Amino acid sequence: MNAPNSLRNLPDEHGHFGQFGGRYVAETLMPLILDLEREYRAAKVDPAFKTQFDGLMKHYVGRPSPLYFAERLTQHYREGAAAGRGAKIYFKREELNHTGAHKINNCIGQILLAIRMGKTRIIAETGAGQHGVATATVAARFGLPCTIFMGAKDIERQQPNVFRMKLLGAEVRPVTSGSQSLKDAMNEALRDWVATVHDTFYIIGTAAGPHPYPELVRDFQSVIGTESRAQMLEAEGRLPDLLLAAVGGGSNAIGLFHPFLDDPDVAMIGVEAAGRGIDSGEHAASLTGGAPGILHGNKTYLLQDEDGQITEAHSISAGLDYPGIGPEHSWLHESGRVEYVPITDQQALDAFQLCCKLEGIIPALESSHALAALETKAREMNADQIILVNVSGRGDKDIYTVAQAMGAEI
Amino acid sequence: MTRLATAFTNARAQSRAALVTFVTAGDGDTAAILDALVEGGADVIELGMPFTDPMADGPAIQAANLRSLASGTRTSDVLAIAAAFRHRHPETPLVLMGYANTMTRPTPAAFAKSAADAGVDGAIIVDIPPEEAQELVPFGEHGIAVIRLATPTTDAARLPAVLEGASGFLYYVSVAGITGLQQAAQDSIESAVARLKAATDLPVAVGFGVRTPEQAAAIGRVADGVVVGSAIIDQIAQHGEDAPAAVRAYIESLSAALAAPKEHAA
Repeated sequence: MNAPNSLRNLPDEHGHFGQFGGRYVAETLMPLILDLEREYRAAKVDPAFKTQFDGLMKHYVGRPSPLYFAERLTQHYREGAAAGRGAKIYFKREELNHTGAHKINNCIGQILLAIRMGKTRIIAETGAGQHGVATATVAARFGLPCTIFMGAKDIERQQPNVFRMKLLGAEVRPVTSGSQSLKDAMNEALRDWVATVHDTFYIIGTAAGPHPYPELVRDFQSVIGTESRAQMLEAEGRLPDLLLAAVGGGSNAIGLFHPFLDDPDVAMIGVEAAGRGIDSGEHAASLTGGAPGILHGNKTYLLQDEDGQITEAHSISAGLDYPGIGPEHSWLHESGRVEYVPITDQQALDAFQLCCKLEGIIPALESSHALAALETKAREMNADQIILVNVSGRGDKDIYTVAQAMGAEI
Repeated sequence: MTRLATAFTNARAQSRAALVTFVTAGDGDTAAILDALVEGGADVIELGMPFTDPMADGPAIQAANLRSLASGTRTSDVLAIAAAFRHRHPETPLVLMGYANTMTRPTPAAFAKSAADAGVDGAIIVDIPPEEAQELVPFGEHGIAVIRLATPTTDAARLPAVLEGASGFLYYVSVAGITGLQQAAQDSIESAVARLKAATDLPVAVGFGVRTPEQAAAIGRVADGVVVGSAIIDQIAQHGEDAPAAVRAYIESLSAALAAPKEHAA
């Protein structure tokens, strides 16, 4: 149990994080959402569920993921910093998980819930295809048919992941409505779900959507922060001074942050995708450039016009290319516990290349946004301070995008 | 009595179900189409608020939303359409239907006031279930009926929560699915309506997938209202500038079917 004034007690019984979150879904879905909540409460206190989850995390996903001291990157920023400055940088290596990102943590948890609920079919939305691949993976592992909704535009630019999903036995259904990207894929998954609630489980890919999704996705992803905490205490004998994570919907970030929320000396920064710059209007920074609204089952910050029409997001990182953010981040933003900063496409590309060259790690473009924030943070913090960056995914999937941005042909 | 209550009472007095018709605001010449609905015999108008992400709607209404937004429809335009309709048709109830994000802006209270000022009688906000009913309080305060949806998944245990704070009429979504695609079996509609009517004094209107006069008549024999939406949207999409005449003829075929005397089984 957390203390009464803990920041880790939310959401409340109605699924609200302050004014955010909630259950803004069509009536057809409400009974299922309530069932899911009941089932999740039961699973949470069921030792057998925990044993099964932990076992799969260890033997199938490959956890714990390492905590790694990024020595050369640390040295790099120290060289350009004032005397005594240049924080010690650690990576949480989520990119080493099976399927190459943190996404699998959540998918394992949700498919176990689906099986508990007796559901026999899986659906999911995907943008770049990472969550689609992770979902297709667990569906294959547990022998359930799986349909992945993906914007037609995203299918065109993410062919390798589309083929991966097909190899894993999933049906990839192109979404041609609206802007044909992630938000439309989510609309279409919801449309499918309304008609198939009796046998279908919707594995939402991030800590957003109607309650209890933001809570259960966070809980499944909190393995990141829980491990990091123990690993950091073992490596350094103390907690880090700053946590850095990229935020699209925000599941890798909330997974890292949540176990540290009640540690007042641990600062946290969520990095939003500023695309071509906030002023350009072409970005995906919901907190920096959006306003509270209601979409996809929850109240949260959204990119929208003054009438509440949703506007298109842009980021070079397809995984951050979404006009909303998980509701708990909206609350952490308004409460001031977490700071959210924008990083542009170009800054992320620079950080991507730096990490490749100095650490021999090809980070996902999503994670490169978090790495880019080191440029100012690592230099301004003291050399005896510690920054922990969540390297949430590997960047193999992004090499075509990066090559194009660099003007290279592959 | 409110315009909504009067409309259902008048229909009942004529031993028929009320015809409830949906169109998306800003998709075509909405004023002329609304006039055609009334002239054709519609008893209640549902005016759709266009939204970029209509996740409960099927292809027909999705396309209507996008056409409307592409032509530049703003919330102020929708409210102006409603106000002008109220001026031309002082008796016909008009309900705004749409999604939470456009219908709670800039705040629920400010939107409810603007809608009330425009002469709007009710609001159906698809993605605000009873669990989030706090958003709807200002609508009631401004005299706007909060119309709730019941669905095939709304079981007996949940129904009281759906009815709590419901007003105007109860909208029975007869299919677990999105708008416009399939129609429920008549016997499932009959048992559902009987169950709902046993639980509420509100009129029960049935919609989703209703297309033909025969379907409308069959539902009208058991329900207080029949809702038709996507089929009207299809007429608008097909007929372009000639849509008002086509819509009027189509609505006349539905209202004629409903006017056939209602059997009183119970």
